[in-house]
Amino acid sequence: MRASSSPEPLPRASGAREPRAPRTPLPVLAAAGVAVAFFALPLVGLLVRTSWSTLVEDITRPESLEALRLSIVCSLGATALSVLFGLPLAWVLARVPFRGRSVARGLVLLPLVLPPVVGGVALLSAFSRRGLVGEHLWDWLGVQLTFTTAGAILAETFVALPFFVLTVEAGLRSMDRRYEEAALSLGASPVVVFRRVTLPLVAPTVLAGAVLAWARALGEFGATITFAGNIVGRTQTLPLAVYLQLEQHPDTAVALSLVLMFVSLAVVVALRDRWLGGSR
Amino acid sequence: MSTTMAARTGLDATIAVTLGPLDLHVSLQVRSGDVVALLGPNGAGKTTLVRALAGLQTIDAGRVELDGVVLDDAGPGPVVHVRAEQRSVGVLFQDRLLFPHLSALDNVAFGPRARGVPRRRADAEARRWLDRVGLADHSSARPGELSGGQQQRVALARALVTEPAMLLLDEPLAALDASTRASVRRDLRGHLGEFEGVTLLVTHDPLDALALADRVVVVEHGRVTQQGSVAEVASHPRTPYVAELFGLNLLPGVGRGTDVVLDAGEPGATPSVVAVGERVEGPVFVLIRAASIQLHRHEPESSARNRFRLHVVGFDLLGEHVRVRLGGELDLVAEVTPAAVAELGLAEGAPVWASVKATDVVVTTR
Repeated sequence: MRASSSPEPLPRASGAREPRAPRTPLPVLAAAGVAVAFFALPLVGLLVRTSWSTLVEDITRPESLEALRLSIVCSLGATALSVLFGLPLAWVLARVPFRGRSVARGLVLLPLVLPPVVGGVALLSAFSRRGLVGEHLWDWLGVQLTFTTAGAILAETFVALPFFVLTVEAGLRSMDRRYEEAALSLGASPVVVFRRVTLPLVAPTVLAGAVLAWARALGEFGATITFAGNIVGRTQTLPLAVYLQLEQHPDTAVALSLVLMFVSLAVVVALRDRWLGGSR
Repeated sequence: MSTTMAARTGLDATIAVTLGPLDLHVSLQVRSGDVVALLGPNGAGKTTLVRALAGLQTIDAGRVELDGVVLDDAGPGPVVHVRAEQRSVGVLFQDRLLFPHLSALDNVAFGPRARGVPRRRADAEARRWLDRVGLADHSSARPGELSGGQQQRVALARALVTEPAMLLLDEPLAALDASTRASVRRDLRGHLGEFEGVTLLVTHDPLDALALADRVVVVEHGRVTQQGSVAEVASHPRTPYVAELFGLNLLPGVGRGTDVVLDAGEPGATPSVVAVGERVEGPVFVLIRAASIQLHRHEPESSARNRFRLHVVGFDLLGEHVRVRLGGELDLVAEVTPAAVAELGLAEGAPVWASVKATDVVVTTR
């Protein structure tokens, strides 16, 4: 007999007490403390270094606002593309057994470990005006991706998509498929089953995947600057602006960094149940 | 819903499925309006059979026909497989599997809506069915807010609202506690009585079969080992599983006057002898009701002619009784009260004497 199970996207750490471990050796504690400090100090440094009196002014400079606007447009665009294409891909990877599935999954994983600059170079070789596909896009449709906002969205999608696909694939795998069978037995076509049963049951995972993808897109630097360049108002997103302002207006760079840090913090807080569950 | 014009000729199925260690090969005929209980131990292939009939499991060989419509035909000849969503089959799953994100009403309306019934009409039908199962007040509740018994009734309404030609119930009462079980069983009996299609009830509880089914089909190791009316199967068990299921001990032996010499369990072992209340000759089954076996701590000085020195192998809780599994020169199952277990100080491995009156032993030919 199978125990009844509610749809649980990812296993969470339980609140159960762990067995009492032997006393932690001092060197281990010390090293762990150093590691925590290593993470905490830069954040503290950022807060200390911030010029609070000119903060509002720094953030509302025209270049800053333009970068902010562009970052929001590009990251949301990349998130939308990730959901649009990532959901079917995750479904296929989770549900359809086919030859080369592991190769396909490897391809999805690659942008996670690939240096973003290399990703940008690779994108250039495919989608630039002289690239594999870009050549035809230009010749036939007059479409150019490099040095455009669309190109920035493409570069961000390249690095964000894996986060979405892997999260949702795991969710689809861990869901109880017997709900889908129940829906089939009630006369629902596979499309209706997906829309009315599968999707609602994995909705929390889809949302988490989208948030992750969005956060990754928002912070994207290497692939974007390599593929789309650094054009104010067109491809210069927040991370690019931070890097460039560091020379001329360091206060602005720090202020914008602060903005990005708080967004990241908000993401971690929003997904804390998923990642930090039970560690209180 | 769509009224099937096809004659209600019932189910005629032969199914063969090989799935891991399971080798299922079963033939089933059920008339419309009849309730057949599918009894069998865990792993016998009951759930696989249900899945195959529902179209969720493809069959390796055989043919399934329901009310004159061929649902599966693995050949020879053209292969037919009607997909699950196109079958007129309602399923009540083991864990109910109500959609957790939908209200009771939306769960019941899911089937009609999936089959293209407009929302308003689907909701009206669902409401009518929720009313029939006595849950009109709970239509907006999510499954998680309902008790086990209530969930079961929603699941039944969901399975019946599409007026299927066949209803498959996979262990419908297994997940319920004892007090809920009785009332749900009673309700189920009423609804099954009104249902005009084929009903197949998978269970491992003979009480469910007794209360709900017209006929019993016993499946063991993927094969039908016995079938017939509940009374027939209960009184003439053909396998040890069936005998134990109905609280009977089934012991094969050979009649010698008013004694039966039991077939030895192991070659070379001294065969046990059971005194019976009649003259018998030839190969027979000895039937002893678990409840007629008495247990004693010391050798009993009762008038019972059959006395065996055994030991306790294990216990099964069975409502208000305890089934004590005994081993030794022969294997027996006795049914006693929990008080008796305590009084006799029975524990696994403990020696115990079992006695049976010869007049309580029933003999049937084999």
